[in-house]
Amino acid sequence: MKILAAFILVLVLAAIPYAGIQYAGMTTVFGIIIPYAAVIIFIVGVVYRIVKWARSPVPFRITTTCGQEKSLPWIKQNKLDNPSGTAGVVGRMALEILCFRSLFRNTRSELRDGPRLSYGSTVWLWLAAIAFHWSFLVILIRHFRLFSQPVPHFINVLENVDGFLQIGIPTLYITDILLLAAVLYLLLRRIALPQIRYISLIADYFPLFVIFGIGLSGVLMRYFYRVNVIGVKELVMGLIAFKPHVPPDIGTLFYIHLFLIATLFAYFPFSKLMHMGGVFLSPTRNLANNNRMVRHINPWNYPVHVHTYAEYEDEFRDKMKSVGLPVEKE
Amino acid sequence: MAEELKKDALVQIDYKPPKKGWMDTPVEFRHGTYIYPARAKNLKYLDLPNPREWSPTDEDWKLPENWKEIVINGMKERLDKYRSFKVYMDICVRCGACADKCQFFIGGGDPKNMPVLRAELIRSVYRGNFTAAGKILGRVNGARKLTTDVIKEWFYYFYQCTECRRCSVFCPYGIDTAEITMMGRELLTLLGVNVNWVIEPVANCYRTGNHLGIQPHALMDMFEMMLDDIKDRTGIKIEPTFNRKGAEILFITPSADYFAEPGMYTCMGYLMLFHELGLDYTWSTYASEGGNFGLFTSHEMIKRLNAKMYAEAKRLGVKWILGGECGHMWRVVHQYMGTLNGPADFLEEPVSPITGTKFENAKSTKMVHIAEFTADLIKNNKLRLDPGRNDKLRVTFHDSCNPARAMGIFEEPRYIIKNVCNNFFEMPENTTREQTFCCGGGAGLGTDEMMEMRMRGGMPRANAVQYVHDKHDVNRLTCMCAIDRATLTTLMEYWVPDVKVTGIHELVANALVMKGEKERIVDIRGEPLKEEKGGDNV
Repeated sequence: MKILAAFILVLVLAAIPYAGIQYAGMTTVFGIIIPYAAVIIFIVGVVYRIVKWARSPVPFRITTTCGQEKSLPWIKQNKLDNPSGTAGVVGRMALEILCFRSLFRNTRSELRDGPRLSYGSTVWLWLAAIAFHWSFLVILIRHFRLFSQPVPHFINVLENVDGFLQIGIPTLYITDILLLAAVLYLLLRRIALPQIRYISLIADYFPLFVIFGIGLSGVLMRYFYRVNVIGVKELVMGLIAFKPHVPPDIGTLFYIHLFLIATLFAYFPFSKLMHMGGVFLSPTRNLANNNRMVRHINPWNYPVHVHTYAEYEDEFRDKMKSVGLPVEKE
Repeated sequence: MAEELKKDALVQIDYKPPKKGWMDTPVEFRHGTYIYPARAKNLKYLDLPNPREWSPTDEDWKLPENWKEIVINGMKERLDKYRSFKVYMDICVRCGACADKCQFFIGGGDPKNMPVLRAELIRSVYRGNFTAAGKILGRVNGARKLTTDVIKEWFYYFYQCTECRRCSVFCPYGIDTAEITMMGRELLTLLGVNVNWVIEPVANCYRTGNHLGIQPHALMDMFEMMLDDIKDRTGIKIEPTFNRKGAEILFITPSADYFAEPGMYTCMGYLMLFHELGLDYTWSTYASEGGNFGLFTSHEMIKRLNAKMYAEAKRLGVKWILGGECGHMWRVVHQYMGTLNGPADFLEEPVSPITGTKFENAKSTKMVHIAEFTADLIKNNKLRLDPGRNDKLRVTFHDSCNPARAMGIFEEPRYIIKNVCNNFFEMPENTTREQTFCCGGGAGLGTDEMMEMRMRGGMPRANAVQYVHDKHDVNRLTCMCAIDRATLTTLMEYWVPDVKVTGIHELVANALVMKGEKERIVDIRGEPLKEEKGGDNV
């Protein structure tokens, strides 16, 4: 049900620009107004969310330690999984953000007869996640070709590397395949594994369908139904120079692609996609485990009622004296 | 009790979630899976809200009239005070990597014990009340209304989580379910929805200084008994001091260590070790508890209970504090005490008076873990040890959740164990160190009425012990936690009856060659050192 709802929602979203361009010729709306609006929502929304997070203090240093602590000099500390200083934290965060370190640890538990529990390492989720995120990034960077004049050299290099298989004309980009395959895997996994299906919300299927739609429309444009690339670049350059104008006859497929991207951008700040920013702010990962070395300050550490020694002695003085314990007041 | 639970039935676990969605599946209170509510007198003693007598199986939980307002305001306050809570409410992508990392899900199969869903129990209410999308879209966006059924669900599942943080190791964003559970429990505390197994120890600790409610004269009796046993087994009369001003070190350990077996043997180990070293230290009857069940209640309660450690250190004028073998105590000491109760500027940076080693890693909090202390002694050849005295033991080591995932104290205990016994075997690697499993009874779950859940949650740990028992004949499970020593004992009796539970310093006590000791023919438990022949090989 939820899967179908998300799927239909994305179909409807794709149909909107199709209808708008094909039947109403609303190129200004879909080529200029919506992209601008989406980018504004994205920037304002993301900044708002991050500022909102950052305004809540971090009262305690609750690092999750995943390796040996720094203690005695002859015991080897695991500086990346249990950092005690800034360099270690930077290393740990880099591993986390660039390599998905924690997800790489993933295991699968299995209960066999006996009973015997076994834990096998499983890399599929990690692999799909890595393939998905890195492909997405590379594709995004490749798109900078449309944003720049002249095209920077590194983009040409990236394109050459991405297309090194040299299959077909135009050259097949590996990341195009990887992105679609990874999204498909993440989607099928969500549907096929009963537990994951059970926890999934429409908000989990929706971005996958949107991203698949973006990828698919992009691939169709590049390899099958060519659109007017010169026109696309003209449109994009106009948008970023704040001199927007819409060249004629770009092709409806492009507007579908663009509209789905705008959808993703506008949806981003309100959704779980904010994990992109949140991962940097996770206190179990971004703090050094140096609690006993450097005192962590809690800005709202208010005084509390305690049971003082004097109160304790008042209640138990006779009993303490009877067993020879020293007391403050006789 | 555990014996009534059939093992065969217990391991018939169906991991397939029900057809109906989780929001439409209300909680069912079944004996063995929930804990009895806090008694009114205990809440009253602590000035906590809504003291009353009630039962989870009642339809009406006698919540305060404005309970919804209390919960929503409580959530708002905590979202503003804790970045962790706020970020973790927002960024989960429900990838499910955490699902089969929780021992309660592995051992029980209830989908709401998947960490992701445990958090969704509270996230759904967050979305419905604090996010625009959730307010507008409602269930479509995973939001739901706050009802009494939600409160009942929270109570059930936040007390089926031991705050062990195993899932946090695997989460790609480090989302910490302990943090979620702690917030959930704080919100429930605002309504007077607590469990007695937590609140009674808290009330005891507040009044008498320890969870078990041991008054100073009774505490002295217990030590007398242990000292007699030590004399009986080693021939040495030890005379520790209590509440002594001017001692160099204050020693604090969980009260369970001097209250009952097998913790007592570990406590005897401390007494023997400190005596042998001639350490200038004192015990305290006021700071007579290292553990802190405040951690299982609220952040405020952590501070209220833990204040006595520094207060007593200051009153007695010691230089620094040494802490015994405990799990959650060390989460509090390491991650909360300095922040909440510090700065400890009236103490000195800890230096071992025996080896001269500076404990650099404790220079601010000024409290040293006994495993760090003893490992340093052994490394510097300050102890005469005869590991052969532990030869009848085939030992494995259970990393306790909190020292593992809130400190990362892995090598110190292993170094000690390897120096005091000859037969040490590690459990499989996915079950030790940062991936260690919980005993199933931490965070205030270790009570008899919870037995079914404990045996389920403890199954992954027990299963790993079973593995080394079958493979290497392991007969002793060592741990560095007072709750473990109690809960693992029950767990082993149920799943792996041939394995007994022990603390590290019990093994040290056996191996420790003391000046003027008589020939040691029994171990610290009073059992023959060798199974076959009577004597030992000192």
